[in-house]
Amino acid sequence: MLHYILFHQREIGEATLEHIWLVGISILIAVAVGIPLGILMTRKPRLRTAILGSANIIQTIPSLALFGFLLPAPWLGARAERIAIVTLALYSLLPIVRNTYTGIMGVDPAVREAAEGMGLTNGQLLFQVELPLAASFIMAGVRTATVISIGVATIAAAIGAGGLGEFIFRGLAMVNNQLILAGALPAALLALGSDLSLGWVEAGLTPPHV
Amino acid sequence: MQSMTDNSSHDGESSPAGNVVEFRRVSYRAPNGQKVLQDMDLAIQGGETLVLLGRSGSGKTTSLKLINRLLQQDAGEVLVEGKPTTQWDLIQLRRRVGYVIQEAGLFPHHTISKNVGVVLRLEKRSRSEIRERTDEMLRLVDLDPAQFGKRYPYQLSGGQRQRVGVARALASDPPILLMDEPFGALDPLSRNELQQQFLRLRDRLQKTIVLVTHDIREALLLGSRIGLMESGTLIGSYTPEQFKVSDDPAVRAYIEAFGGC
Ligand SMILES: Nc1ncnc2c1ncn2[C@@H]1O[C@H](COP(=O)(O)OP(=O)(O)OP(=O)(O)O)[C@@H](O)[C@H]1O
Ligand SMILES: [Mg+2]
Repeated sequence: MLHYILFHQREIGEATLEHIWLVGISILIAVAVGIPLGILMTRKPRLRTAILGSANIIQTIPSLALFGFLLPAPWLGARAERIAIVTLALYSLLPIVRNTYTGIMGVDPAVREAAEGMGLTNGQLLFQVELPLAASFIMAGVRTATVISIGVATIAAAIGAGGLGEFIFRGLAMVNNQLILAGALPAALLALGSDLSLGWVEAGLTPPHV
Repeated sequence: MQSMTDNSSHDGESSPAGNVVEFRRVSYRAPNGQKVLQDMDLAIQGGETLVLLGRSGSGKTTSLKLINRLLQQDAGEVLVEGKPTTQWDLIQLRRRVGYVIQEAGLFPHHTISKNVGVVLRLEKRSRSEIRERTDEMLRLVDLDPAQFGKRYPYQLSGGQRQRVGVARALASDPPILLMDEPFGALDPLSRNELQQQFLRLRDRLQKTIVLVTHDIREALLLGSRIGLMESGTLIGSYTPEQFKVSDDPAVRAYIEAFGGC
């Protein structure tokens, strides 16, 4: 096994980088869309169910099916990575949106009232009080999303988007466990590593407490 | 002593000069439709400390929040420095009106010094000025800046947090101060200490203060005038001396409940 991995070092390394790239870009997109959506939910309670509901429904679609649905889409369908990235971003949306919302709503009402009473503008309230206090929650959402995405991204190989899934699918086709492990093992390590390091960031963002 | 029961809008439409805060037939309904304030009149002159006294749910906190427009009335007018709150720039209004809430509402992610300097930073004062002013305010409420400045709110006792809340409200030197049970939930000794401190501050700073309490002793001690609230309106206002001897049934009920003061 070790022998196999060493022998295919370069190939596995490239696939790992591809994997990181797919997940990284999709998480960035999910953060850029998800945090504002979460904030919007706190400002416009009416939109809450609509936003959360949509993110929930997306989450229930099997990933393979979602990849498939997007294949005929214009522009997106032209490149397998694009489909993979959009799918992964969609999957990552729910934990980020939900945690942004919960984090902000969890801010002590007395703190918010004091801030408003001192004449902080809406933006100052958001950036100086709500987001810093919700930061560790948001980070927890990003962490969950990242770990899920690393797993889901292996399936992206089915539509030819590359990544560590390539080995797994090849191994399945050839009934070759070594090949499967060559994809699964680095993926698992990647998930574990990002879980640990993002957990560390999360702890750093947690405001001082009792 | 009818002249002291303060219902200025009954005397005419114009506000007497010197009314820093004024309510004119103010009504407020909660979002769920419940009537919280009804036809409330109130006039507070510059430099006085009006204590709003009343039982739980009578509308004291709501009245305070109408002054800095954390809430907005459904009918009537609230005037601050002669201008309806609805015509004030919201941020400017709130900078002129310091607000101390019962739970202090300190920012848990900021140090004590940073908490006290919030408004000063928003006003883009210079670093050295902020530092100086912050230390001064902490000393004013009897907290050593060297000892407490770098701590976080959770590292303070409840009473110390309340004092930081007061220091924070005073930092930008607002001419009007709203205090919602600033000494609530304290043991009698600390409460007494804070009250004495308040009196010293009050005499020194010459601000117009509206202070909410349901403790009659506190009202008599701290107020230059006592406004008695009941079910959503002000039913009378008295100097402490008048209050003690008033034969108004509502006042008597209060005094008797406290075993006579
Ligand atoms: N958002 C709201 N929704 C429904 N009812 C409300 C709301 N805000 C206030 N009320 C009601 O209005 C009344 C007055 O509330 P307020 O907070 O002004 O009382 P208070 O005099 O400050 O009482 P306490 O001494 O207990 O603090 C209460 O009966 C309260 O239940
Ligand atoms: Mg109250």
